[in-house]
Amino acid sequence: MRTLAGVEDEDKWLAEGIAGIQHNAFFMHRALDANNLREVLKYSALMLSELRTSKLSPQKYYDLYMRAFDQLRQLEIFFKDESRHGLPVVDLYELVQHAGNILPRMYLLCTVGSVYIKSKQAPSKDVLKDLVEMCRGVQHPIRGLFLRSYLAQVSRDKLPEIGSDYEGDANTVMDAVEFVLQNFTEMNKLWVRIQHQGPGTVREKQEKERNELRDLVGKNLHVLGQIEGVDLEMYKETVLPRVLEQVVNCKDKLAQYYLMECIIQVFPDEYHLQTLETLLAACTQLMPTVDTKIVLTQLMDRLSNYAASSPDVLHEFLQVEAFAKLSNAIGKVIDTQLEMPIVGAMTLFVSLLTFTLRVHPDRLDYVDQVLGACVVKLSSVPKLEDARAMKQVVALLSAPLEKYSDIVTALTLSNYPRVMDHLDDGTNKVMAMLIIQSIMKTDSCISTADKVEVLFELIKGLIKDLDETNAEELDEEDFQEEQNSVARLIHMLDNEEPEEMLKIICVVRRHLMTGGPRRLPFTVPPLVFSAVRLVRQLESQGGDIAGEDSATPRKIFQILNQTIEVLTSVPCPELALRLYLQCAEAASDCDLEPVAYEFFTQAFMLYEEEIADSKAQVTAIHLIVGTLQRINVFGVENRDTLTHKATGYSARLLKKPDQCRAVYACSHLFWVDDPDGIKDGERVLLCLRRALRIANAAQQMASATRGSSGPVTLFVEILNKYIYFFEKGNPHITPSDIQSLIELINNEMQSDNGNTTIHSDPFFTSTLRYIKFIKQKGGLMGEKYDPIKL
Amino acid sequence: MNYLLGAFKPACNISITFTDGKNRKQVPTKKDNGQIVMNPLFQSQETIAGKINIEPYQGKKVEHNGVKVELLGQIEMYFDRGNFYDFTSLVREIDVPGEIYERKTYPFEFSSVEMPYETYNGVNVRLRYVLKVTVTRGYAGSIVEYQDFVVRNYVPLPPINNSIKMEVGIEDCLHIEFEYNKSKYHLKDVILGKIYFLLVRIKIKNMDLEIRRRESTGAGANTHVETETLAKFELMDGAPVRGESIPVRVFLTPYDLTPTHKNINNKFSVKYYLNLVLVDEEDRRYFKQQEITLYRLKEETS
Repeated sequence: MRTLAGVEDEDKWLAEGIAGIQHNAFFMHRALDANNLREVLKYSALMLSELRTSKLSPQKYYDLYMRAFDQLRQLEIFFKDESRHGLPVVDLYELVQHAGNILPRMYLLCTVGSVYIKSKQAPSKDVLKDLVEMCRGVQHPIRGLFLRSYLAQVSRDKLPEIGSDYEGDANTVMDAVEFVLQNFTEMNKLWVRIQHQGPGTVREKQEKERNELRDLVGKNLHVLGQIEGVDLEMYKETVLPRVLEQVVNCKDKLAQYYLMECIIQVFPDEYHLQTLETLLAACTQLMPTVDTKIVLTQLMDRLSNYAASSPDVLHEFLQVEAFAKLSNAIGKVIDTQLEMPIVGAMTLFVSLLTFTLRVHPDRLDYVDQVLGACVVKLSSVPKLEDARAMKQVVALLSAPLEKYSDIVTALTLSNYPRVMDHLDDGTNKVMAMLIIQSIMKTDSCISTADKVEVLFELIKGLIKDLDETNAEELDEEDFQEEQNSVARLIHMLDNEEPEEMLKIICVVRRHLMTGGPRRLPFTVPPLVFSAVRLVRQLESQGGDIAGEDSATPRKIFQILNQTIEVLTSVPCPELALRLYLQCAEAASDCDLEPVAYEFFTQAFMLYEEEIADSKAQVTAIHLIVGTLQRINVFGVENRDTLTHKATGYSARLLKKPDQCRAVYACSHLFWVDDPDGIKDGERVLLCLRRALRIANAAQQMASATRGSSGPVTLFVEILNKYIYFFEKGNPHITPSDIQSLIELINNEMQSDNGNTTIHSDPFFTSTLRYIKFIKQKGGLMGEKYDPIKL
Repeated sequence: MNYLLGAFKPACNISITFTDGKNRKQVPTKKDNGQIVMNPLFQSQETIAGKINIEPYQGKKVEHNGVKVELLGQIEMYFDRGNFYDFTSLVREIDVPGEIYERKTYPFEFSSVEMPYETYNGVNVRLRYVLKVTVTRGYAGSIVEYQDFVVRNYVPLPPINNSIKMEVGIEDCLHIEFEYNKSKYHLKDVILGKIYFLLVRIKIKNMDLEIRRRESTGAGANTHVETETLAKFELMDGAPVRGESIPVRVFLTPYDLTPTHKNINNKFSVKYYLNLVLVDEEDRRYFKQQEITLYRLKEETS
């Protein structure tokens, strides 16, 4: 009925109840003042009768109870003072039991009982036992709970625990425990029973109300946890088994969950550790709907905190084989609770793993065992789709990464990749990213091919397309970030030992080659550079050639060649070209002329066949020229061939200015500013003259098409080249050449801007300023410039 | 006026005092008009002795044909008011016929009086003991004075006192087993026991233990039975579940009980019952009645 009534009604009933209490309390106080025992008993019973109501929700009932509670304190003071009522407390104890209604009778009895214990006229254990037994008469859940909580409260300071006044003789701490246990058991029964009352439609409300009452029950466990003198033995033999028996037998989800939580929170860690088996066995017997995972998680959290608190306790963990027990229990829970969602199982594994990592950081086999169990569980269910479960798996996999700053440790876990296999592609990638980030963060170096193999197996989600990846769905930015990470990772693979390093490179290469056209442009360059670095290392070590299989630059270059070749099919010719040039340079440093030549050949072929875009061509030409200029390994013939090719390409560029620039760049091919570099001044001059011709042509073309010739930039640039070679001492460049070029530029500028204001070209101006400066500076160089008149 | 007054007033004042009246225990007794008076307490085989004072009113003399004192044990049935059945009647002549001029004191003694029944005040019947002093006069009517006294008889602890244990129930609905520690209780006893709930399919609101008195008077077709509930003691509040056991502890002290009386002089009987009542949420009552024997145990202290 109560549940159907409105809140308003309930407020009214509460007000009525309070009024009733106040009314009778008034008369009770009058009788108290008059020391009239009979009247006191009469009015106190009437007052307490207000608590017999069934109309109030637990919260409102609590309000009412508290009012009565305050009055009972007064009453207790009166009962304590025999001179006021004139009756021995034992008689009083009988007298209050004459009350006809059980609820007031029991409240009064508890009140007198507490006085009785205090008087020490009877052993406290007998009184306590009597009280807790007599309270059975109140079977109404809410009224019973409050009554028993009153009993717990008044008896709290009168338990015969060690060190208390009431201990000794026949009263032992065991009696205190017995009392609290019994009260707890009964309260729990009452609490559980609430749900069986009233129609099912209000189940939800009942759950809520029950939740409000749970602390009344839990209080008993707190008391148990606080009783002085409960040693491990007693806890193990009596307290825990009894409490657990009640928890398991009540078969109520809410109670089991809450009480397990309480047990874990109120009793000391070391007790938990020593009774782990019992506690865990109980966990496996809970109702399937109980969230066992949270319970276990809390337990493991507490234990791991305990382990962390002091290194001294660690041996206890080993002694009781905490890990094996926990692991077993979790296995059982997962096996028995078939309805538990996969996310639950995963959460459990995460907790267990966290526990292991904190308690047994040295036991990698434990970690692996947990992962193994996880694999088994994951294999038993269809493909993981629950996002939360996935998250848990990620957490599971991340935990070892965080714990062991050395990623390498994680790589030795054989079950690690097997767990990863159960992730979906997206998550797999996230996980792979985490692994890479972890490596980056700790700056750890992966130094053996085996480990690299494992690592790449782990991050294969990033390395290649997994089954059903839909390319269109991928976010371009994410993809780039992922691939950049892989690229960074490649640089973390390093070993001083060339042999091993070569192996690493081969492993990486094998994996990367599976990546497909979208990934290769990202992943090949770091690989190439890594290899090149190895080559240079070998070179600096003297490049001893040990045997057929050993790491030789030649062999590495072969690999590189093959690797870069793949890029051409991607197609990504510009990149391939750059890499070829890079390799060529490295080969040159190793004095491997044929190899370098081969690389150049490849580069040129790419240029010819694949690079069609004019802009790309310009860039490529400059790269080629730049590289070629630096390479000094070639013999005259080879070099001629290559330079000839390069100049040839330069002259065939589409745009005149590009042509011009490429051609004057080629001039450097004939003048290497090294002591033993090639210095072919004549061909330099030829190049520059040719550039001038092209510049002229460009100028004419410009004036023909646009009616005005373009800026003189090209000429100024060529002028600068002249000055460069002049200064470098090219005998074919004379001051008069420079002089005439300056005049030419001046003319061009005048003819160009004849009718408008003379607009000076800043580049030209600063070039002239430079010549002036050198002239003024004098010295050898100044003298050289002497013939030039500005 | 004085003459008139004198004519209606009894000629003398009679008072009865007991030998050990000052020390003897007095118990309250309810009179017909509801007043409570204190009367001395005796038990069977006691000697009832004392003094009778007869004091004529001033200036009067009392002529009489003899003075006697009677000890009467009477049963009075209310439906048959005015009729007393004397089951005990002892007479002592204390004075021969003559005249009394002034205050006169007569000692009396009934030694070792057999008083098998206890004083009882019931709904339909009363058993009382009384001393009756009669100053017999011829024409003016006798002068009679009564003094009630109370008889209680104590019995030793019964040698056999079995507990009451019983399983009762309604099929598929309610099954309980109850146990009271004794079948015979003395008047200041405590009923201890337990109620086990073996099966509970009804929604019980509460459970009471009632103490009922069944007084039957008369005999045969004229038997009158009157049942009173003397105590209603709540044992349990709320609905228990299967397997629950509820303690019983009822102190008999606060209730106005008498010993069980069986067929007192073929006139009446008083029996006591414990009635266990379960009330469900629809206020239906389920009960089981068990007779108990009450007896009076000699109190150690008095």
